[in-house]
Amino acid sequence: MSTNTETIQKLAQQDYKWGFVTDIEEERIPKGLNEDIIRVISAKKNEPEFMLEWRLKAFRHWASLERSDAEPKWANIKYGPIDYQGITYYSAPKQKKQLNSLDELDPEILSTYEKLGIPLAEQKMLAGVAVDAVFDSVSVATTFKGKLAEAGVIFCSFSEAVQKHPDLVKKYLGSVVPVTDNFFAALNSAVFSDGSFVYVPKGVRCPLELSTYFRINAAETGQFERTLIIADEGAYVSYLEGCTAPIRDENQLHAAVVELIALDNAQIKYSTVQNWYPGDKQGKGGIYNFVTKRGACRGVNSKISWTQVETGSAITWKYPSCILQGDNSVGEFYSVALTNNYQQADTGTKMIHLGKNTSSTVVSKGISAGHGQNTYRGQVKILKGAQGARNYTQCDSLLIGDKCGAHTFPYIEVKNSSARMEHEASTSKIGEDQLFYLQQRGLKTEDAVSMIVNGFCKQVFRELPMEFAVEAQKLLSVSLEGSVG
Amino acid sequence: MSLLEIKNLHVNVDGHEILKGIDLTINPGEVHSIMGPNGSGKSTLAQVLARRDAYHVIKGSVSFNGKDLLEMKPEEAACEGVFLAFQYPVEIPGISNAYFLRSALNAQRKFRGEEEMDAMDFLPFFRDKLKLLEMDEKLMNRSLNEGFSGGEKKRNEVLQMSILQPRLAVLDETDSGLDIDALRIVANGVNALRSPERGFLVVTHYQRLLNYIKPDFVHVLVDGRIVRSGGPELALELEDKGYGWIEQEAAAV
Amino acid sequence: MVTTSTQDLGIHLQNFTDFQRRAAGRNVPWLRKLREDAFARFAEVGFPTTRDEDWRFTNITPIVRTQFRLPGTALVQLPPAELKSWNIEGSAARLVFVNGRYAPELSRIAALPKGMAVSSLREQIEGNSDQISKQLGHYADTQRDAFVALNTAFVEDGAYVHVKRGVVAEAPIHLLFVSSSDHTALLTHPRNLVVFEDQSQGTVVEEYVSLGGGMMFSNGVTELVAGDDAHVSHYMIEREHKEAFNVSTLRIQQGRTASVASHSFLLGGGLVRNNVHPVLAGEGGECLINGLFVGSGKQHLDNYMHVEHASPHCASRQFYNGILDDKAHGVFHGRIVVHKDAQKTDAKQTNRNLLLSDDAQIDTKPQLEIYADDVKCTHGATIGQIDENALFYLRSRGMSEAEARRLLLLAFASECVERMRPGAAQIYVEQLIQEHLLPFREHSRHAGVGTGERNVEEVG
Repeated sequence: MSTNTETIQKLAQQDYKWGFVTDIEEERIPKGLNEDIIRVISAKKNEPEFMLEWRLKAFRHWASLERSDAEPKWANIKYGPIDYQGITYYSAPKQKKQLNSLDELDPEILSTYEKLGIPLAEQKMLAGVAVDAVFDSVSVATTFKGKLAEAGVIFCSFSEAVQKHPDLVKKYLGSVVPVTDNFFAALNSAVFSDGSFVYVPKGVRCPLELSTYFRINAAETGQFERTLIIADEGAYVSYLEGCTAPIRDENQLHAAVVELIALDNAQIKYSTVQNWYPGDKQGKGGIYNFVTKRGACRGVNSKISWTQVETGSAITWKYPSCILQGDNSVGEFYSVALTNNYQQADTGTKMIHLGKNTSSTVVSKGISAGHGQNTYRGQVKILKGAQGARNYTQCDSLLIGDKCGAHTFPYIEVKNSSARMEHEASTSKIGEDQLFYLQQRGLKTEDAVSMIVNGFCKQVFRELPMEFAVEAQKLLSVSLEGSVG
Repeated sequence: MSLLEIKNLHVNVDGHEILKGIDLTINPGEVHSIMGPNGSGKSTLAQVLARRDAYHVIKGSVSFNGKDLLEMKPEEAACEGVFLAFQYPVEIPGISNAYFLRSALNAQRKFRGEEEMDAMDFLPFFRDKLKLLEMDEKLMNRSLNEGFSGGEKKRNEVLQMSILQPRLAVLDETDSGLDIDALRIVANGVNALRSPERGFLVVTHYQRLLNYIKPDFVHVLVDGRIVRSGGPELALELEDKGYGWIEQEAAAV
Repeated sequence: MVTTSTQDLGIHLQNFTDFQRRAAGRNVPWLRKLREDAFARFAEVGFPTTRDEDWRFTNITPIVRTQFRLPGTALVQLPPAELKSWNIEGSAARLVFVNGRYAPELSRIAALPKGMAVSSLREQIEGNSDQISKQLGHYADTQRDAFVALNTAFVEDGAYVHVKRGVVAEAPIHLLFVSSSDHTALLTHPRNLVVFEDQSQGTVVEEYVSLGGGMMFSNGVTELVAGDDAHVSHYMIEREHKEAFNVSTLRIQQGRTASVASHSFLLGGGLVRNNVHPVLAGEGGECLINGLFVGSGKQHLDNYMHVEHASPHCASRQFYNGILDDKAHGVFHGRIVVHKDAQKTDAKQTNRNLLLSDDAQIDTKPQLEIYADDVKCTHGATIGQIDENALFYLRSRGMSEAEARRLLLLAFASECVERMRPGAAQIYVEQLIQEHLLPFREHSRHAGVGTGERNVEEVG
């Protein structure tokens, strides 16, 4: 074996280090899914009638899809049948009463987040980031609420929003991703138990980065959270999410929905570092990550920007999209998706241009190693009224080893002749050659590997907020180093 | 002490013996040229000196500056002062040439216990070298070798060499694919580096390069062995007669 | 639509029969066989149709239907003024071919560097030279391409350029093909053989022009051989009148670490097909394929690139820019084939287009066939209009709209000029482009809303 390969394999022995289980008392409802379960979930959350009706509508739609076997099959991924009746749809850490402060939070949960590198105690936190922590299906803590309230920003768990701001929820929930949108979105709409809610009022620039950390802990549960972010006229918000889960042998389902709404002159920047448990080296276990994320640029000059670093999950099925309705609105999608071992990813974006002079940018970087399969699937649609629309798409694939695969499926539909489209695609392979070249100039193996990978992902990393960019770089190096050589 | 001393070097690649007993000594200040037909083992020798590990040394020794070169990793050999100008320089997207060069230079300085060079000190030094190789500074903000033409890549190799200032420079077919103007520029860059402390091993397929870089010694490599050594006149003889006669001679021995 | 079975190839058979009776080298056995085999192949497959994937966007029915005649042997007079303007300042030689036939009295061969030889192909054929028999017809593929087969059947005249090992020739060799016809539908089959031996260096310019507005079809083939470490630039300039048919094929064979640049400029012609087919046969070769096509009226300009990577460590770069106005139709077909052993291939392709009217059309189609596993292939295509912001900016500085428009077109075209090696040929082409873009200055229109649907197709 070459010395490079040896060194790298040593580095690769670092396993998934977020895979521990927290031992806490949890409250869960029976497995399975039917109208009664939906009613139980809604009742547990003490929801108003409109929410229950909405959930039931979603459930009925999902059930009809399930009966007609309409789970989407077009993605370039393979997995066994999911037993939707074998999943527990609600699991929550047992809490005796409403928390008044973080000090009352179960110390086990606090220490879980500490271990994940996300201290929830405000004095320990990085200044400038407010965190909402979602443990299994429910939000357990939100920091810096006071400071945000001063600015008029609402940042709370979804459950709390339903109680305290029902009008906003009623107005915007499902307005971007309707309950009938797709199989997994319908499922989420029926059973989601919590998530984050953000409202930034007119003209306010949110003073902190908002961030949600999602953690799946309990076994045999699914996680279905819902995020709704509304930036009112002239508002700005940057939102980050991170995800981890314990190592378990069975696959767990995660089906989230994220809706973003940007009104006139508003901007939303949404960043994700997704590191759900990817399964072991033989492909056993891991999260099935079926996520619907969509943003609507409703107002003129509005902008929605998605940045994602996807390193985890056994299966990733995810297409953060933008509907560019307002004139001059801007949609962006920057993505790094990594598949190692037996991971599969089918991810990309949709940019739907409706308004005049709308523009979109798509930069996708796929990295495949081991037996990983990585698919970019993207759609750019320029409708008739989208005079002067522009799109730039770049998708690059990096192959490491000869057992992995990279696939590209771009769909381009242009119905207005004034559109300007640019498209670039590349596939390349890294190996001994690049490494040896850098070593010959005096660089160490580890430095050489991270230089190559970071170089490849640079366009995406520079879109991430600073702390996240550093985390993403580390994550990528760890997930990859074993495969180069 | 000699700079490089190769003794009875045998090397396997993919189970085939490519080098079959090479003896070669390079003293500081000397320029040696290795010529030979395709597949004779020229590039293998260059790669072994840079410590590429797909090339297995099965016998023999190589000492560099009195140290055992074969014990070194590629980056150690580089830091000790062995530089290989690649036949096919590698592209690395996202890393600018300038950043890469400074990282490499500082890795080597650190190894030698010297202070790292900051961007402010680096820049004027760097610009001088660019001028020498008639390279546009704009190229340096682009990704390493990415989108470079064949000629630009080769010039970039010599640029790196003039910045890293090695003790032994190994040029692996640096002349191949160059037009006459680029050849002159590359040769100028190499000649500017000639010094009493530095040794050169110039691997080439064609004699043409040696019109510009005058070697002290010329060796002919055929089928993994040095079959003849001489002065610059040997290269001219090869240009005239081709490799056929020398291959036949070698086969007859 | 014309299909093979209904195509009437009778006129070509008649032409061939006449040709075989009087052609130079008709008694040379290998040449006779080459011609006969090629004609047999042509007769077998006939002209391609739009059902043929390689011809999907180009309908050649007008060529198929026309009763073309080979040119007569009578001397054609050329107005000296025209000849004077078709001149590259500083060229080493200009070989003029009138209706496919070498015209020594119009040609000029200045002092060539030692080791460089230039002559008509006919002269070589008549002398039955060794060089010709060893190379002619060895590269251009009569099996795959009916037009190459047809050309090969009628191979007789054109240019022969030979540069010996190590010879560096700076000044370009200019090959000028003049078609002159007012009445008969004229068909010519120019054939060039260009051989650059190892480590040699030089430039060849192949230019097509016309006199008179008659129906004419030029079906040219050039075989270009670049030996190990050779550096060759080839220019193809098409500026015949706007009803002319022109099909040209450049087949390049590259040796080890050879570097070849092909520059195509399609400015004239009515129905034009430009085939460029380099084969990177030696390790470490490099190939630049650069082109500009500018169409207006009803011009149809089809560029078919077929880059074959047959050896490891080779790099190819394709850059084609198109400007289309009125009802012009452009095609860019970029096919890249990477053979199994061609590891470390680095192939890049970019096609950029400007549409100046709603009725102009571009079809761009990348096609990647990769049989090796360690390669880097990139392709990109853009379709756009003149940037209204840039236009406004220039006008706000006092420039007229027409002038501003022309400036932006020149800027777009200059990308292609910058990729050429500085020298006499580059200066010549740059001037041609500037002149050609002049008429566009009268245009002042707004890119309006259209209903046409366009797709940028993507493979791989």
